[in-house]
Amino acid sequence: MNDQSNKPRTPDEVGVPDPFPYMHPTLKANYGNWDWHDRPRAGVLHHVSKSGDEVWTVRAGTQRQMDVFTIRTLADIGDNFADGHVRFTTRSNIEYMVADEAKVAPLIEALEGAGFPVGGTGASVSMISHTQGWLHCDIPGTDASGVVKSLMDELHKDFVEEKMPNRVRITTSCCQINCGGQGDIAVNVQYTKPPKINHDLVANVCERPAVVARCPVAAIRPAMVDGKPSLEVDEKKCVCCGACYPPCPPMQINGAESTKIAIWVGGKHSNARSKPTFHKLAIANLPNNPPHWPEVRDVVRKIVDAYKADAKHWERMGEWIERIGWSRFFEMTDLAFTKHHLDTWTGSRKTMNMSAHVHF
Amino acid sequence: MKDDASKKDINPTPMLDELEGGKWPSFVTGLKRLRDEGTPNNQEMVNDLLGQLNHSYEERLGFWKGGTLSVFGYGGGIIPRFSEVADRFPASKEFHTLRVMPPAGYHYTTDLLRQMADVWERHGSGLIAFHGQSGDIMFQGCSSENAQPAFDELNAMGFDLGGAGPALRTAMSCVGHARCEQSCYDEVRAHRSIINKFLDEMHRPALPYKFKFKFSGCANDCVNAIHRADFAVIGTWRDDMKVNQEKVKEHVAEKGRKYTIDTVISMCPTRALSLNDDDTLDVDNRSCVRCMHCINVMTKALSPGDDKGVSIMIGGKRSLKVGDLMGTMIVPFMKLDTDEDFEALEDFAETCIEFFADNALEHERIGETIDRIGLPAFLEAVEVDPDPNMVNHPRTSSYVRTDDFDEAAAEWFEKKAREAGLTVSAE
Repeated sequence: MNDQSNKPRTPDEVGVPDPFPYMHPTLKANYGNWDWHDRPRAGVLHHVSKSGDEVWTVRAGTQRQMDVFTIRTLADIGDNFADGHVRFTTRSNIEYMVADEAKVAPLIEALEGAGFPVGGTGASVSMISHTQGWLHCDIPGTDASGVVKSLMDELHKDFVEEKMPNRVRITTSCCQINCGGQGDIAVNVQYTKPPKINHDLVANVCERPAVVARCPVAAIRPAMVDGKPSLEVDEKKCVCCGACYPPCPPMQINGAESTKIAIWVGGKHSNARSKPTFHKLAIANLPNNPPHWPEVRDVVRKIVDAYKADAKHWERMGEWIERIGWSRFFEMTDLAFTKHHLDTWTGSRKTMNMSAHVHF
Repeated sequence: MKDDASKKDINPTPMLDELEGGKWPSFVTGLKRLRDEGTPNNQEMVNDLLGQLNHSYEERLGFWKGGTLSVFGYGGGIIPRFSEVADRFPASKEFHTLRVMPPAGYHYTTDLLRQMADVWERHGSGLIAFHGQSGDIMFQGCSSENAQPAFDELNAMGFDLGGAGPALRTAMSCVGHARCEQSCYDEVRAHRSIINKFLDEMHRPALPYKFKFKFSGCANDCVNAIHRADFAVIGTWRDDMKVNQEKVKEHVAEKGRKYTIDTVISMCPTRALSLNDDDTLDVDNRSCVRCMHCINVMTKALSPGDDKGVSIMIGGKRSLKVGDLMGTMIVPFMKLDTDEDFEALEDFAETCIEFFADNALEHERIGETIDRIGLPAFLEAVEVDPDPNMVNHPRTSSYVRTDDFDEAAAEWFEKKAREAGLTVSAE
């Protein structure tokens, strides 16, 4: 080895790569020139350019966490049945573009034959956006991939069909930071107990003023415990959010029994019809029950079924509930409305019904 | 297949085995394939990864801790993970993730996917996520030692690390111009020019906290920009939406009058639509808010207008620590066609990042900073004039000091006069 090879390689800070070398040629040729689209069947999009060019997109679900064998299988399908170009959606579905309609049916057959469900378009339940969980996160309350696998097994039919009133976007998050984001249905960890503090470690591991500052309700203060500088939590004030845990791992927020799951409904990012909305609490305190999380799955099923049966075409989950009212939502889903559904956070006044409007 | 006697025993995974049934593709089956058929290094690492994950399923607790790890020249972009149960599962004691920025719009060739798989088979565990919530390709499962050679190979292929920690983060853009007629600007160009201009803020973290850009071509906001980005760029248009009346009639003939009225006319949020007696569409464009609903339903008949551009919303974020915020409309309309337009977007982004760097408290997102100081102070700092499109309605609280109201009103009228092409007397 010469000296040159011992020197660190200077990185080439290329930034965001140019997608055009990887883009399907029909997409590249018609960049910014598309005219209209339709969906010939669930899982297939058909786009027509102003130039007259057409492209068919076949969308399939993946497990997101992919081994190299799965990636090569997807690449083989792309080479043998499509045009060698793919893209991914923000919900980890893979899309194959083909310029020839005759390729659509064999491509679907190949994907389904390899175990990748074709769907996730239009008024379907698309893939669940999810986080890292026990597989890779340093602060997770639950797993992410396993929850999603269990739920998508349950919702498989709703993915491959377009029989919902409108699209259903489900998200999961393995702590209350909620990396999964807003969803028509959001399945999120909800802590129920204040952090358990290992006072032997706090002084050496945590930057204490930063931890004090992190608490949203000012419940943490510096304290000497058994002669050691540490932190203490006013448990009457603590809202069990877990915000102190990432900057201070000795403040363990998770517990095998105390980490629970809450389900939220009616979140939406799109501006179509109504403005974007945050999801709202439907039920809390479901057990964190691997490997199938059956209690979570059953509630999600009930909510999806009620929405499917009662919402009007194009109403998203939150818009449907807005129309029928929350009393009917809790009645139709057989869920309890409790004092915990009344918001107490900053701005909560604006969530109250300050009118004489009542749903009977 | 019989296990090789020289191999370490396979960790039992009774809980994870349960996730191999069902119709959805199983990540557990994939991991087991790496364990059984991967390279020797993949096999050992994933066997212990599966062991640790099954242990998590049994104990209902996570067993990773963070740390510090980087590659030459960078201060971020790698998520370090060290196992807390390495005594039992030593081969996955280091299981770091390289966050790598994908091509804008997530376009790949099958060849590129294979190259990435090959790199990760050699240097990592063989497990890749397409994609993480921040928009990165996540090359998961790398030892500390292998982070540099893995990065070097990916970098030589033309790929770069994304963001992590208190820094500019990896951005996302929708499929947009590449395959969508509803797209109102060149998302690829906007995405690449903004992020690539501020790469230093991404690779050498020095901001108070994270700062995210996201780019959606229209108000359908397929990359969830308004909530998940500090700086959301969303396509729109300011002239009249385009209506092909013949296609409207065809739609009504196919779907029926009642269905069209129920699903299009009645669902317009600003009552800007009316179906004429001859089944053509009457659009009140002055009342239309460009929500996209009718265009989504009648994809052949309706489309955005010609005078396209973007809106910019600032301050979206999730709960920590003041509660959820959607981005607030700050720039209702900006053209994004010419080189000068893109430079103006970059300049405004720079102004906002500088404001954030100078004014946000540690671990505060820009939406929280705006909450803390009030929107008027933010607007003054970034030199944007107040606009009625920024609010649902004017203030309802009288607790405000208004003794310079006349000067502010004079500025408003001067601005309006300038926009109308009139000469302002003071000039």
